[in-house]
Formats: sequence, structure tokens, C-alpha cells
Amino acid sequence: MNADLAIDVRDLVKSFAHKRVVNQVSLQVKRGEIFGFLGPNGSGKTTTIRMMCGLLTPDSGSGTCLGYDILHQSAHIKRHVGYMTQKFSYWEDLTLRENLDFVARMYTMDNRRHAVDEALEGLGLTERANQLVGALSGGWKQRLALAACMLHQPELLLLDEPTAGVDPAARRDFWEELHQLARKGISVLVSTHYMDEAERCHKLAYIFNGTLLAQGTSHEVVAAQKLTTWTIYGEHMAELSERLQRMDGVEQTVLFGTVLHVSGTRPELLERQVRAAVQGTSFRLEQSETGLEDVFIFMMKHAGRDGAPLA
Amino acid sequence: MMFFSKASFSRWWSMVVKEFLQLKRDRLTFGMIVGIPIIQLTLFGYAINSDPKHMPTGLIIEDHSEITRTIIATLKTSEYFDIVGEFADESSASRALARGDVQFVINIPPDFTKHLLRGERPALLIEADATDPTATAMALSSVNSVLEYVARKDLTGPLQHLAPAPAPFEARVHRLYNPEANTHFNIVPGLMGVILTMMMVLMTGLAITRERERGTMENLLAMPVKPLEVMAGKIVPYIAIGLVQASIILVAARIMFGIPFFGSIFLLYFAALIFVAANLMVGITISSLAKNQLQAMQMTFFFFLPNILLSGFMFPFRGMPQWAQVIGNVLPLTHFNRIVRGIFLKGIGFTDLWPQIWPMLLFSWS
Ligand SMILES: Nc1ncnc2c1ncn2[C@@H]1O[C@H](COP(=O)(O)OP(=O)(O)OP(=O)(O)O)[C@@H](O)[C@H]1O
Ligand SMILES: [Mg+2]
Repeated sequence: MNADLAIDVRDLVKSFAHKRVVNQVSLQVKRGEIFGFLGPNGSGKTTTIRMMCGLLTPDSGSGTCLGYDILHQSAHIKRHVGYMTQKFSYWEDLTLRENLDFVARMYTMDNRRHAVDEALEGLGLTERANQLVGALSGGWKQRLALAACMLHQPELLLLDEPTAGVDPAARRDFWEELHQLARKGISVLVSTHYMDEAERCHKLAYIFNGTLLAQGTSHEVVAAQKLTTWTIYGEHMAELSERLQRMDGVEQTVLFGTVLHVSGTRPELLERQVRAAVQGTSFRLEQSETGLEDVFIFMMKHAGRDGAPLA
Repeated sequence: MMFFSKASFSRWWSMVVKEFLQLKRDRLTFGMIVGIPIIQLTLFGYAINSDPKHMPTGLIIEDHSEITRTIIATLKTSEYFDIVGEFADESSASRALARGDVQFVINIPPDFTKHLLRGERPALLIEADATDPTATAMALSSVNSVLEYVARKDLTGPLQHLAPAPAPFEARVHRLYNPEANTHFNIVPGLMGVILTMMMVLMTGLAITRERERGTMENLLAMPVKPLEVMAGKIVPYIAIGLVQASIILVAARIMFGIPFFGSIFLLYFAALIFVAANLMVGITISSLAKNQLQAMQMTFFFFLPNILLSGFMFPFRGMPQWAQVIGNVLPLTHFNRIVRGIFLKGIGFTDLWPQIWPMLLFSWS
């Protein structure tokens, strides 16, 4: 066991109704690290997180969370971990204060009143403390949930899509806060579908169909796929994209509105092909860095085709 | 339930407080807690009567004499028959019976008096709409005593020999515990168990599946609260509610229906407590099986039906076939009904009730 690791799980496996939902997942999260957990819908992120905090028993595999065994010491884990569920899971027919107070009581906190007041202040919701939670907007519910799961000052936060449905400004504030917490030594594992959030994590893992396809810093994850990418600017590129896709050496095209990313693993061949394709058109061509999104799409396609994980 | 630590106790208490807060905000449930006992009591207590009186009766009189007039007059004064009219012939009377305009048709055939005077024991034909046997049974059994009364009173003097001789012995019936055979003396105390069954099973079933459906259970489980504390926190408010409902019914039984209460009130609450606990266990079981609130509701009704039908609440327990009695004896409501009726009407004590209490205890723990 490594004392530097907040999460250290090995070969987690979980099946529901004979379908493998999590397949041999191993994850290591260092203390004080913000770890991004990415993957398409239904890939097994929530299931993995639930196994890490002792809510779900894995079919096989083992591991520790804050040094406690995930199989036998879930009571200790619960005490020191803050888990924010993907679906809002506080009581809508209780007021904000009642909700926070209830959470504080569940953790049998000594300075309950003080902690609740502080949390409300931190949210800027002191005046609305006696409003029913059901009356809050989606984004505010999300922020309340975050405040509530941090109330007992956990050493590790497991956040399942905490910013889904939160406006950009609030999202920025939220990430500022996460980094502040990380500086204080709190570890965070956060699942997300936003690429800009993925870029802000110290480390990343990408899971697809229950299998972890990559793990490391975003640089490492991108570099591991050895992709070269060219960007084409212009309008109405759907036809161009289709043409490129049929060419040798072009392994992937991704269209983002007026920007087309063309990627491949053979740099010279790719360059020749894209140059030929834009020859005599008004499209502008530029070599660019391969982004996380290009890599995720690439990994997903390959895993789907080969049925086996890369890396 | 046993609690080992102060922390555990305080978490359990917080669950209880939270449950009450939510209950307070849930107007519908809150209304149900008070409203259902009152509504059910009113409906069952006032509406159900297995000894109906004043039923519409038609006559076909084909023989007019002193004696037939007396018979009719006596029938009129009995509480069971309200003479609504006379039919000219058999077929119009049959139609009225079929339509449900009348419940009975009393037919005095021609030459009834003549045959009577000759000592030929003529028949008086009574046709009854017996689709619902309970509705007609009591009325029909009263007819013979009416006739006997007429015979004794009118057949005097030279006709004395026609009057029926009294049987050389008689049966003397003491209707114990409910001398006037009031249906609601039976129904109203029985309602206490029925209402408690329905509310307790439903409410605990819903309380836990609601947490699951809304996703809050996941949150609870991620906190350091033990499942036992959650369960106990969910149960206690409903035990309190159950006892409040029992009190509402008790008071209503005394004030609205004037049901006598001979037994010990302490004993009644004691039995109610065990009974409520038994039903809460059913509710918890349901909630652990049901995936959502709708399923919990369906399962509750699945459990509720045999309770209503086989517990002796609606139909006499001893009238049921053996297999039904076996099922009935497993249900806590059966035993609770015997207890409640026993305490209300018979004033029986703990030792007599023990045979009914232990099955409920057993049910709670299994
Ligand atoms: N309790 C359960 N019973 C049966 N199947 C389940 C259960 N929980 C999850 N699954 C299945 O496991 C798979 C992975 O689900 P999971 O919720 O872990 O995905 P996810 O990565 O969190 O997806 P999303 O991004 O949509 O939240 C899905 O196919 C889902 O249907
Ligand atoms: Mg999820």
C-alpha cells in the first residue's frame, strides 16, 4: 500500500445481469491531485465510483481508498470521503438549512451550527436558508450538493458530473475552488464530459465500455496515441470531410462547425493527402496539436473496432 | 431495537426528525392520516348494515277477510316490510321484483281464509329478491313469528283449536356482548385494525421506496449512517402515527357510534403497538422488494385484500372453509380483530388475549 495514494484500486470487475459493466479497471489517484474521469454515457464511470466508496461490492478486484480497504472498511471510507451523486440526491421537501443540518448530524459533527452557517455563506445563500430545496434552480441545486458533500471536510472528493447543467461562470468558480482544495491537500476524482474541464485536471483516465483505455496527464494521454493532426478552416466542409475519410493515411476526421480536424498516425502520408485535398480550394490548412477530444474519439473508434483496449 | 452508541442514537433521532419534517410538509399524507380513519369510519360504520329494515314490499291479495287484514297490518308494523303497493296479478309482481322496485312480494292466495278455517294449513307465498342473501335473511326469519303472533291473537273462541300449540319446551337465547345485534358494534372496532393495516403498510412501504426513487437513498448510504438506523428512523414516526390513528378511531367509536368499551385501554394500546409493528415489518419487506412507489402501492393492495376478506372483518371467520381459516390465522389482522372486539365488547384481559398476541409477535419478527 502506498501512503501517497488517495485511491488505489486494482482490476475492479462488476457485472449487472451478465453484462460486464466495469472490466478490470485499475486506477491510482495521488493525494492532492485532481483526477478527471472521462468516458461516454454508460461506460461505467458511476459504477466505478460507487465501488471505490464502498457503496457497491466489486465482483472481483481489490483496492484501497484513503488507505482503507474498499471491501471491508467502507464505514471508514464513508466518514472521510465526500461523494456527490450524479443525480441530485438531497431532500427537496426540506429547506437548505435543514438539508445541511441533517447531513452534519449524519456525520455527528461537533460544530454543526457553525459549519452549516459557513456553508450557506460560502454558497451566498444565507438569505434563502429557509427556502425549500425543491424551489432552487438546477444549477443552484448542484452547488448545494457540492457544499453538502464537503460539509464534513472530507480528504477525498468523488464528484460524479458535478458541473452538468451549471453555467460557464459558475463552472469556472467551481474549478477555481477545486484547485484551491487540491492545494490544501484534498484529493478529487471528478467525472465530466467537458473537454475544457478535462484539460484542467492533473491526471485523466478515459473509460469506454467498462475498460480503461488510457490513464495519465493529458499530455501523456495524447502522446500515447502518436497522432498527427491538421486543421482545416472554412465553411461547408461536410463533403470534404467525407472525401478525406476515404483517403489512405487519413484515420479520422472530426468536424467542429467551421473547423475540421484530420488525424492519422503516418505523418508524411497524412500531410500529402490533406495538401492534395485542399489544393485549388479556398480552405485554409494548418498543422495543429492533437487535442484530447481527437484522442478520445480515436480511442473509442479503435476500441469499438478491435474489441480490445489500446495502450 | 438496540442502540449501542450515543452517535448512533443521535443519527437515529435525526432520521426521525427529518421524517416528521417531511411528513409535516406533505399535506396529502398528513390529510390521509386524519382523514382516512374518519372517512372509513363514517362509510363503514353508517353505511354497512347486515340487518336492513324497511324494505319495499308488494302485495297480491286475492282473499279479503278479517284474518288476512290482520296479517297485513301486522306485517306493516314489523320494521322489516314497507308495503309500497298492491299488484293486480302475478306477472306484474314478477316484473317489479326483477326491476328491483320491490324486495318482497307477499301473496295471499284465494280462499286462504276458507282453507284456514277448515284446518288445511294454507300457504302464504312470499317471493323474495334473494340476490343478496344477507339483505333478506333477517326479514324472512321474522315472517314466521309474525304469523304465529297473528294466529295466537286472532284465532280465539271457536277457532281456538286452529291456533298453534306452543312447543313443549323453548330455547332461550342470550345475545351476549351485543344484545341488540348492532352491526356497527362489530364493524367499528374491526375498522381499527383495517385502517391501521392499510396506513401502516402503505406508508412505510412508500417512505422507503420514495427515498430510493428520488435517489436520496444513495446519498444516505454514502453517509456514515447504518441501515438499521435508517430503518428505525423510518419506523418510529409511523408507530406514533399508528397510535394517533388508533386514538381517533377509539374516540370516534365512543362518540359517533356509542360503542361500549369494557376492557382496559392500556391493553388496547399495547395490542395496537404490537400490531402496528407487525404491519410496519410488512411495509419494510414490501419496500425492499418494490422498485418504485407504484409497485409498493400494488403490493400493499395485494397484502390488503386477504386481510379484508379473510380476517373476519367482513365475513364471519367461522363461516370460512378450513383452508381460508388457516390463511386467516396467519394474518395479524385476524388476531387483532379478535383482540379489539374482545376488549371493546367483552372486556377481556391479558391472559385471555395472549393466544392472539403471540401470533402477532411471531409475525413481527419473521
Ligand atoms: N444497478 C444497475 N443495474 C443494472 N445495470 C446497471 C446498474 N447500474 C448501472 N448499470 C449499467 O451499467 C452501465 C454503466 O453505467 P454507469 O452509470 O456506470 O455509466 P456512466 O459512465 O456513469 O454513464 P453516464 O455518463 O451516462 O453517467 C450502463 O449500461 C448501465 O445501464
Ligand atoms: Mg454516470
